[in-house]
Amino acid sequence: MNIEIINLCKSFGDHKVLDNLSLDLKSGETTVIIGRSGCGKSVLLKHIVGLMKPDSGQVIIDGVDITKLSGKELNKLRMRVSMLFQGAALFDSLTIGENVGFALYEHSSIGKRQIAKRVKECLEMVGLRDVEELKPAALSGGMKKRVGLARAICINPAIILYDEPTTGVDPIMGDAVNNLIRNLHDKLKVTSIAVTHDMVSAYKIANRIAMLYDGKIIFTGTPGQVKNTKDPIVKQFITGASEGPITNGEHINH
Amino acid sequence: MIRNNLISIGEKCLDIVQYIGGTTMLFVKTLAWIPAPPIKRRQILSQMKKIGVDSLPIVFLTALFTGIVLALQSAYQMQKLGAEMYIASLVSLSMTRELGPVLTALVVAGRVGASITAELGTMRVTEQIDALETLATNPIKYLVVPRFIALVIMLPVLTIYADFIGIIGGYIVGVGRLGVSSSMYLRMTWEPLVYKDIFTGLLKALVFAVILCTVACYEGMNAEGGAEGVGKSTTLSVVTSFILIIMADCFITALFYFAFQVG
Repeated sequence: MNIEIINLCKSFGDHKVLDNLSLDLKSGETTVIIGRSGCGKSVLLKHIVGLMKPDSGQVIIDGVDITKLSGKELNKLRMRVSMLFQGAALFDSLTIGENVGFALYEHSSIGKRQIAKRVKECLEMVGLRDVEELKPAALSGGMKKRVGLARAICINPAIILYDEPTTGVDPIMGDAVNNLIRNLHDKLKVTSIAVTHDMVSAYKIANRIAMLYDGKIIFTGTPGQVKNTKDPIVKQFITGASEGPITNGEHINH
Repeated sequence: MIRNNLISIGEKCLDIVQYIGGTTMLFVKTLAWIPAPPIKRRQILSQMKKIGVDSLPIVFLTALFTGIVLALQSAYQMQKLGAEMYIASLVSLSMTRELGPVLTALVVAGRVGASITAELGTMRVTEQIDALETLATNPIKYLVVPRFIALVIMLPVLTIYADFIGIIGGYIVGVGRLGVSSSMYLRMTWEPLVYKDIFTGLLKALVFAVILCTVACYEGMNAEGGAEGVGKSTTLSVVTSFILIIMADCFITALFYFAFQVG
């Protein structure tokens, strides 16, 4: 599924978060959107899945402008677009099995046994076994992320959105999550969009990297192009330097 | 100075209008989602247990002691007139028409309303409500409707229970302490009661259930700002429910008094 974002604008009060943002995302590719915390990366993802409506602009998925959709049509699209949330957003009151199979239990006519089988398959894909009866509170942060991933792939989506997939997990678990995303991409051939500020993760999973700065996409390129860029803003971000054009005028050392 | 004050008054008015608009919209959407299939029987029953069955002990204690206090306070005056037997009528009428529905609603608002706001608020700030939407599930249908149906059924049931327990409280004082005979006390309890008394009490309970659920769910669904935000929303939910329940009680009582002459 191709995704085309055209002149997307979104403001909260006087603060313009997305300012005429345009971006093309190719089918079957993993695009990583990088940018500083609070620059609007998650807001952009929420527009792609229809959780937020833009002030103006379009998000076109397979020729359909989803910003105009609502109700049943939007839900139909959402059965093909999954999202892994930053904190996994598992439902506390349900078991892991019910969490992973949620969309199937709610919206399909498949029998409970078959759903349980599918849940088991998805959990095994993310390296988890015999956790179906546990509640999310019994799991570690890394395990929750993996369950969130299992929930995202359970409906066989065409697009998966990852909101900070490695935030809040230790570096080793972060690498395991990166490997999982790569494997899922290779196996399922889905279009993936990840937002992160973790460059290790970005280099590992991306086919293409786009940088969001000041409400706009200021750079797109392959991981190799990003590493060798001369663009001072991108360079400051990827090297993590506290001084440079991004922080010009900010007193972040004090 | 004057300009700033006017701006601040204007902003507060806008907040109030926004609140009324938001809660009304939530109520209308909830009503619209109730008949939409599938009906979540398991969730409704689970909420009915949480809201109704689990509230029985606290409603029991509140109603029993209210009945006892009501009988004792009225005994103070009635004994002077030698009219102790009328305590039974006073307790039964006060409980069914006023104290049963209002006290039950306030107790449930404190216990259940707070828990609904805290639960939905936590779901909002941890993105669980967003996750529900991305899984093609309407949060109002999935979260609000079962709680709404459970409250609308269970609050009137709890009110009948509170009426009954309050009358027992009065009976303990009247028969056990003031020497009114058991048969006389029971006769004086039932004699002045008419269907309208019970009906107005239950109608109040129904309205209170709608207020309580709408306010609690609205505050929860709109919580923001992490744990602190959930705390604020929970406090605001209980305070707003308390005020609106007492205002609605006054309004319904006045309406029945002036329009139908039944108080």
